[in-house]
Amino acid sequence: MYDFAYQKPSSLADAVKALSADPEAKALAGGMTLIPVLKQRLNKPTVVVDLAKLGLVGVSVSGNTVTISGMTTHGAVAGDAGLKGKIPSLTELASHIGDEAVRHRGTIGGSLANNDPAADYPAAALALGATIKTDRRSIKADDFFQGMFATALEQGELITAVEFPAPEKGAYEKFRNPASRYAIVGVYVAKTAGRVRVAVTGAGQNGVFRHTAMEQALSANFAPDAIAGIATPPDGMNSDIHASAEYRAHLVGVMAKRAVARAY
Amino acid sequence: MPFEGIGASVRRKEDARFLSGRGNYTDDINRPGQLHAFIRRSDRPHARINSIDTTAAAKAPGVVAVYTGADMAADNVGGLPCGWQIHNKDGSPMAEPPHPVIAVGKVRHVGDPVAVVIADTKQAAKDAAELIVIDYQDLPAAASLRDAVASGAALVHDDVPGNICYDWHIGDKAMIDAAFAGAAKVVKLDLTNNRLIPNAMEPRAAVGEFDGHSGDYTLYTTSQNPHVIRLLMGAFVLHIPENKLRVVAPDVGGGFGSKIYHYAEEAIVTWAAGKLRRPVKWTAERNESFMSDAHGRDHDSTAEMALDANGNFLALRISTLANMGGYLSTFAPCIPTYLYATLLAGVYKTPLIYCEVKAVFTNTVPVDAYRGAGRPEATFLLERLVDACAHDTGMDRVAIRRQNFIAADAFPYQTPVALQYDSGNYQATLDGCLKAADYAGFEGRRAAAAARGKLRGIGVSTYIEACGIAPSAVVGSLGARAGLYEVANIKVHPTGSVTVYTGTHSHGQGHETTLAQLVCEQLGVPIEQVDVVHGDTAKIPFGMGTYGSRSLAVGGTAMVKAMDKIIAKGKKIAAHLMEASVDDIEFKDNKFTVAGTDKVKSLTDISLAAYVPHNYPIDELEPGLDETAFYDPKNFTFPGGCHIAEVEIDRDTGIVEVVNFVAVDDVGRVINPMIVEGQVQGGVAQGIGQALLEHAVYDSSGQLLSGSMMDYTMPRADDLPNITVATETTLCTHNPLGVKGCGEVGAIGSPPAIINALVDALKAYGVRHIEMPATPQKLWSIIQGGAPRMAAE
Repeated sequence: MYDFAYQKPSSLADAVKALSADPEAKALAGGMTLIPVLKQRLNKPTVVVDLAKLGLVGVSVSGNTVTISGMTTHGAVAGDAGLKGKIPSLTELASHIGDEAVRHRGTIGGSLANNDPAADYPAAALALGATIKTDRRSIKADDFFQGMFATALEQGELITAVEFPAPEKGAYEKFRNPASRYAIVGVYVAKTAGRVRVAVTGAGQNGVFRHTAMEQALSANFAPDAIAGIATPPDGMNSDIHASAEYRAHLVGVMAKRAVARAY
Repeated sequence: MPFEGIGASVRRKEDARFLSGRGNYTDDINRPGQLHAFIRRSDRPHARINSIDTTAAAKAPGVVAVYTGADMAADNVGGLPCGWQIHNKDGSPMAEPPHPVIAVGKVRHVGDPVAVVIADTKQAAKDAAELIVIDYQDLPAAASLRDAVASGAALVHDDVPGNICYDWHIGDKAMIDAAFAGAAKVVKLDLTNNRLIPNAMEPRAAVGEFDGHSGDYTLYTTSQNPHVIRLLMGAFVLHIPENKLRVVAPDVGGGFGSKIYHYAEEAIVTWAAGKLRRPVKWTAERNESFMSDAHGRDHDSTAEMALDANGNFLALRISTLANMGGYLSTFAPCIPTYLYATLLAGVYKTPLIYCEVKAVFTNTVPVDAYRGAGRPEATFLLERLVDACAHDTGMDRVAIRRQNFIAADAFPYQTPVALQYDSGNYQATLDGCLKAADYAGFEGRRAAAAARGKLRGIGVSTYIEACGIAPSAVVGSLGARAGLYEVANIKVHPTGSVTVYTGTHSHGQGHETTLAQLVCEQLGVPIEQVDVVHGDTAKIPFGMGTYGSRSLAVGGTAMVKAMDKIIAKGKKIAAHLMEASVDDIEFKDNKFTVAGTDKVKSLTDISLAAYVPHNYPIDELEPGLDETAFYDPKNFTFPGGCHIAEVEIDRDTGIVEVVNFVAVDDVGRVINPMIVEGQVQGGVAQGIGQALLEHAVYDSSGQLLSGSMMDYTMPRADDLPNITVATETTLCTHNPLGVKGCGEVGAIGSPPAIINALVDALKAYGVRHIEMPATPQKLWSIIQGGAPRMAAE
């Protein structure tokens, strides 16, 4: 990696200030993407602002809403009993992100802010209709994701927490890249009173997206057969040496059906 | 003392060191005053170098020197040599273009070294390397075999027409063509052997050092064969005589063939250490491993079998294109010829075989031996073709094999492709494997899987390979520029402990245990009193290293010969001490006895007398108990066996699960069953990796798309089934241990077993062949493409 300055502020205000003042500053929220990128010299930040001392850790359950602080690790989410009682499909998703080491460093805020098109959490946030809380405002998941590696976050804006309303049931099904184990296709299906949301990660060129055709069909009839006839067009799908656009489009259907069948 | 000799599953002596982090790897070695090298590599597949401007880099902080190919040429540094010369069909020698240590004039693959920066720290060297300005003129690339042999293809080497390194053949083409013309049936299959990237756990590293007082050079390097590196680098590249060059290969974390070769970085650090009078260290980053370690496999072949009306194999005709990459790696030319075509008889009595091989330069990383080296390519081709024969004739896959096997009483068996098999029993390994895999019960399991919506298949591979390389005179006549004997020095110390100095090298195989067991067996010394030393030209008399599953068959035999000398000398000493005739002295279980008496002297009594020769036949015998033997093998060894894979395919996604894998191998006498089981399991893991997961992919411009672990699929534990390993032994007839070798059998026998199982699983879809790796997408496409012929209506 290139040389950079390193700061570890203990207040949110200081962190926001450091990141707002310098367009070349980078936030470190676990570093499971940033550190490899730095090691490969693909990024040359002036300063890396480590968010680990901001106290943004923990999961709280209030009524039907679960709030996960931004710097909570995947491992902590996966192991949270209160969350598991409310949204077991979300703890399960967290338990399958990366590997054991990654899950003990990577954080939910880091994952959402990065919005990797193959990351798992964006599918959960979009399907569950999460609200992303930042140092300055609340952003609906529908407004938050703005294409591959792009979000509504402003320069220096930090995710402090993510609020998830608990669905009646939900499930996440992932087809992994055999090499990286990232999602080639991941589909999160969440059923709430009267309606269903389906979010797809890994597949689309513009990152996570909602599958409205499936949502309509499933809202009418929450059963795998309800979406059996819905073909996902390959236009706009990613294509690489592991999976063509056509294969991804097909897998969206397979993963969606499996998620519906398994929703709990 | 517990039984620690031949046949005991002694725990690996070296593991305490490795598992507790106390291994001593090349990157662990740091020398006083050490500098760090970073290599600026080509990001272009093929380009002319118009100019290299190192001015800014040379002035960067911490930089001591920046060198290019021109600097090495000015110092009369030679190119990296090739250790094997193949001749064309017309008798002319192969094209052998120069392989400069650092590129001169052109770069020929992504990863080709263009310059080296040497600085106080690796970070400083890396920073400065970015300041080197290289003016490239991009050239069209020959990125694949097919591209490189197409008319009008870009020339990788301007003076190698058609990119053909050699056009070689074995067999009598006219006879074979006649046999095909008269055959009742001809079965043809086009197939590719996918390109692999070895990815040893430990990346390559090298530390060069120069002693200004003595003028001695030392190179610490991640090598499977330090003496070979000393010979090649000393004689051909840096012109340093052996007495002034020490090469040390300490603990090495996996090689799989990729650490046999003499690499540019070894020469760079050694040469630079001499110029700068300071040690110079280089350690590969993982992305450098992908683009600078020799790759493996990469063949395109057409295979044809002529059969009579009863399914007997009459003749085999093969045409292969073999990728050499941008330059000839050390042993590259022999892999697709004498380690490939000579194995095409397999376990079958096919009377006529013809194989032609065109070796082709491409704008890719050089290709050389990788676990199995030629034999996996031959086995995949043959075992796929045999299944295609069964498919096309309607014969049973097992029956057609059995019918064409070389009979158990036909050994020694002369194949039509030069090799003479000394021993084997292919019926026994097949029968053992069929039983262990419950082959007879498979259809029930297929039906049960179908009820779960899964496509289940079973595949058989019956294979042979050649190990224990190799008789020097034979390989010399075939183009090898080295002998392939092995050397052992055995020192029995004054108080009876033993140090073995072997010319083989262990980089994960467990030699410190297996070779020590030979000493337990022959000299009766407890294993904790036996140390095995390898990997240092200053300690080992000589050696050719470890590859081709040769260490036990060749290196172990050298040890037996040296211990024979120890015992012979010990008997003379014992005869003197016990006042008996030497002819009456017997040695067994660490004791010298006088036949028919109760007189006894332990090996320690004898060794003490040898080193403290107060009462000693000093007029007839030198003091000491220290013997060396060189052993040149009489033949290759021929491990063989049967692998059976059982797979299930998920129809919706194409995901494959290997649900069962059984390997029954004949590796000759087994010294340590636990280590053999581990070697076979590791080999099978790599074979499953090749069959299902691994693929080095270049795009049409020559960029490596699978250049990191993010895109190159290494097999992981959850990709693998429990692997059942068993042995059925016939002894090698030409070495005293009866051993054949076990390091590569797993990687050789398993890929066709997997693919045969997949083809079986998909037979309802009209599939006859599937190329490796059989990825989920590929299998899904097959399932999508062909509606089942026997679809349940």
